[in-house]
Amino acid sequence: MAASARLPAGAVSAAPEPPRPAPGFADALRDALYAALITLGLSIPLLALRTEQGPNGLVLEPRWGLVAACCGIVFVGRLLLRLLGLRAVPSRRSMAARGAVTTRAEPERQSGFALSALLGPVFLGIAVTFPLLAYLSAGGLTESRYWVDLGILILTYVMLGWGLNIVVGLAGLLDLGYVAFYAVGAYSYALLATTFSLSFWICLPLAGILAAFWGILLGFPVLRLRGDYLAIVTLAFGEIIRLVLINWVDVTGGGAGISSIPRVTFFGIPFTNDETGFLGWMRWLLGWRDGAQGSLGWLFGPEGPTFSPMHRIIFLYYLILVLALITNLVTLRLRRLPVGRAWEALREDEIACRSLGINTTSTKLTAFAIGAMFGGFAGSFFAVRQGFISPESFNFLESATILAIVVLGGMGSQIGVAIAAVAMVGGPEMLRNLGFLSHVFGSGFDPNEYRFLLFGMGMVLMMIWRPRGLISVREPSVVLRERRAISGSHVKEGHG
Amino acid sequence: MHASLMDLIAWLGVDPNFVQQLINGLTLGSIYGLIAIGYTMVFGIIGMVNFAHGDVFMLSAFIALIFFLVLTTIIGIGSVALALFIVMLIAMVLTSLWGWALERLAYRPLRGSFRLAPLISAIGVSIFLSNFVQVAQGARNKPTPPMLPDVIPLFERDGYVVALSYKQLIIMLTTIVVLAIFWFVVQRTSLGRAQRACEQDRKMAALVGIDVDRTIALTFVLGAGLAAIAGTMYLLYYGVVNFADGFVPGVKAFTAAVLGGIGSLPGAVIGGLIIGLVEVLWSAYFSIAYKDVAAFCILIIVLTFMPSGLLGRPEVEKV
Amino acid sequence: MADVAAQAVLTVDHLTMRFGGLVAVSDLSFRCRGGEITALIGPNGAGKTTVFNCITGFYRPTEGMMTLRQPAGATFLLERLPGHEITARAKVARTFQNIRLFTGMTVLENLMVAQHNGLMRASGYTAGGLLGLPGYRRAEKDAVRKAERWLERTGLVDRADDPAGDLPYGDQRRLEIARAMCTDPVLLCLDEPAAGLNPRESHDLNELLLSIRDRDGTSLLLIEHDMSVVMEISDHVVVLDYGVKIADSTPEEVRRDPRVVAAYLGVEDEEVEQVEAEVLT
Repeated sequence: MAASARLPAGAVSAAPEPPRPAPGFADALRDALYAALITLGLSIPLLALRTEQGPNGLVLEPRWGLVAACCGIVFVGRLLLRLLGLRAVPSRRSMAARGAVTTRAEPERQSGFALSALLGPVFLGIAVTFPLLAYLSAGGLTESRYWVDLGILILTYVMLGWGLNIVVGLAGLLDLGYVAFYAVGAYSYALLATTFSLSFWICLPLAGILAAFWGILLGFPVLRLRGDYLAIVTLAFGEIIRLVLINWVDVTGGGAGISSIPRVTFFGIPFTNDETGFLGWMRWLLGWRDGAQGSLGWLFGPEGPTFSPMHRIIFLYYLILVLALITNLVTLRLRRLPVGRAWEALREDEIACRSLGINTTSTKLTAFAIGAMFGGFAGSFFAVRQGFISPESFNFLESATILAIVVLGGMGSQIGVAIAAVAMVGGPEMLRNLGFLSHVFGSGFDPNEYRFLLFGMGMVLMMIWRPRGLISVREPSVVLRERRAISGSHVKEGHG
Repeated sequence: MHASLMDLIAWLGVDPNFVQQLINGLTLGSIYGLIAIGYTMVFGIIGMVNFAHGDVFMLSAFIALIFFLVLTTIIGIGSVALALFIVMLIAMVLTSLWGWALERLAYRPLRGSFRLAPLISAIGVSIFLSNFVQVAQGARNKPTPPMLPDVIPLFERDGYVVALSYKQLIIMLTTIVVLAIFWFVVQRTSLGRAQRACEQDRKMAALVGIDVDRTIALTFVLGAGLAAIAGTMYLLYYGVVNFADGFVPGVKAFTAAVLGGIGSLPGAVIGGLIIGLVEVLWSAYFSIAYKDVAAFCILIIVLTFMPSGLLGRPEVEKV
Repeated sequence: MADVAAQAVLTVDHLTMRFGGLVAVSDLSFRCRGGEITALIGPNGAGKTTVFNCITGFYRPTEGMMTLRQPAGATFLLERLPGHEITARAKVARTFQNIRLFTGMTVLENLMVAQHNGLMRASGYTAGGLLGLPGYRRAEKDAVRKAERWLERTGLVDRADDPAGDLPYGDQRRLEIARAMCTDPVLLCLDEPAAGLNPRESHDLNELLLSIRDRDGTSLLLIEHDMSVVMEISDHVVVLDYGVKIADSTPEEVRRDPRVVAAYLGVEDEEVEQVEAEVLT
């Protein structure tokens, strides 16, 4: 419960009093008292009285001890903060006068530029060797499964983040329904594979094309819309797709979804435990056939390579890594092409774009289409990995997470998006491993319950910490003499 | 009066089912309209979509539920109507406190910053609130004891009785009264003037001595108060609430606000009524499954032809 | 007269623009002759920017015809073209009264965006560029060279890799002109290019505009309040007042025209008295 008590604590930490150089004890005490009172007000019904289903309707179960504990924590925390002269949320009043408009000066962060140049290779190195690292640290192929699965999950979000980055980060078009294209990709593969028995390798490009088509379809009605109108229409579009998937039971299987989707193959060779499977071919290739010893015996032992379901998982890991890297390379290249520059120009000033003869309609549509296409690829990867999909996987929370990854990463920054994806996906996952806390909070404590609670709070805190994202500098797409980073304070965020 | 209305309906040849659905739709639309005002007001003043508003609404329904139980089972107030009235007032106060605290904590530090930062922050608050309620109150549906089950039969035709339930009557009357008071506040008080000044130009408003921070905080408080009324009405109408109930009504109300033209208060109410009617009529005549799809499609169609909604000021870009 | 019409780059005939009940421009006709600088002047609110916005496709005129004739002979009816094609095909470029640069992009990038359409074709509408075909790389190098040339002419070459938003005001104005020129226009429309410039910058601007006229053969149409700029460089002046043309002639003649003087001072005598009376009460 300490977690939920932190909200009121923070709420008051940005209290209205103008900052004082050395707060007296009495002031701090009064301030902490206010904080505790507000906490009391906020927690009165929701924490203090829990509704439980009784035999004749709901009954109330008082938990005043919990409320007292919360208020106490807030009181002590606030008091300490004040006495130590710290503010959880630093005051950003530009003018001391009350009522002054609060604006925030963005510090120049040239250092981020050099940092991102360094981070890229490091990240790539870790990503490429990750299954090996997991194997070594977990002490076995099967044991490393959790880590490789987590790696796949993170990379999927990295790819989705990079895809959405084209629309939001480069073209400046706010898209709250990106998950729709992820769903289109997933269902395209699932339906094509289950009804026409098409292989994944044929479906993957088809799924991308279909998603791009839907991207254009969404693009048309929203071309004239700006800002929040665009946001709600894209959100509505995402919801429409999800609702249709739920309700069009004949085709999509409704809420039950589609199961037994064919698994991924090694370019046509299935990952099965027999002669014709991936392992069989590997053994044959390495010379382990007809009982003979093949090469690489020092690695595999006298029996040769043996079957493990992990082969497929590791293959999936590298598949999503390659897909994500393709997304990255294509985006980096597009930025240096006229279309990419036109996207960024569109984000900066649509009217100026038009005055330079740029067809803003087609420029916006290509941004939607290409962003959607990568979403579609990621979606069909998701379907082939899970083997089962249902509309529940494509709710608004997904869109919000992907958008948060893009914004937190720093709009337009590729490496920033990757870091943000690790933080946003890996972070909550780590919370699953906090079972030891049950020793502190009693056996009824389940950290899983608090995952999304903390996730939501984390989003708020990260935005307050870095409103322009982790890496807010922009790298120029073309250079005459000297490459210099552009401070985020110049870069506009787009109208759309 | 009954007889004449019945004659009129008969003369017009209106389907009684249609009249009934109209009543249902307006009731639902009233609730959406009340929530939509919160969106539109906050947008008008700081240009931000308060994504957490739907969850504030859900939170208020929980507060209302708990206090309703306190009043009826512990204190033992016999009159449901009286209990509801008290519950509504308490829910308004406590939800407003939440609105104030959230603004302080999650939005004020981001004021004047990058435009998407408050949006992401608001999404974070939304996720936080629904999970907070889940953790604090449990994930199950929370049904209320039956409230005001009586109906007023309006007229009958071909064996179909068109009825207005007490719930619906209370919801519509409350909405009208609240909107009238609210309209007065916005048009006639210094708070309303300060709000409109901040909408026009925040810097200028600060220069002429308006306390901008306080005005914005009060806007959040007002929005949360209206959401609390909507939450109480929702609880009364459906008799059940769940921690996840914030999202869908929130999105619908946001849709209503945009449909009416975001930033316009009458637009929010009209948008709410339209969304409510579309949803109810679509369920009655076509399919319940696609009612939300219908509401969203209406939104997309309207915005395609009127990019700033029904009553929104068209955004004229100075060249 | 036919002779003059043949030389005209832009012919505006009976242009009328109404906003609801307000008539911003009323039955305006004038010509911009090839290789000349035409100035459009008039008091505040005379409708100058509205005329610009009609010519460059930001407004659709209520009535009237605007014909653009390129030196090569092609003609375009501007009121029928979609906004972006006015620049892309008819080759009319413009700048804005309140500068509209891509502030988060470098100076060089601003000039590269201006060459979008040519580069787009060279990149095979992205496909070729994505594959890294040599044709696009050549085209990009050419585009950089052209941008560099314009940066040299506007004295901005040292700032090429700085974000446009970092430039001082006068440099931003020049950059906007350079950006417009990178679209290879036959007619360049400048909306108050000298506004906010100091005398030195204003002088440099005059030089730049004259060199655009003489070296590049681009015709210019400019809105200007700064009379010294207008008198010094323009070949031809059109004066607007309340949306109506009140003079159309050489700078010297316009300067002497009593109606122009009246429009600039605002008034006839009895109106002055009326205004004074209103102010005093």
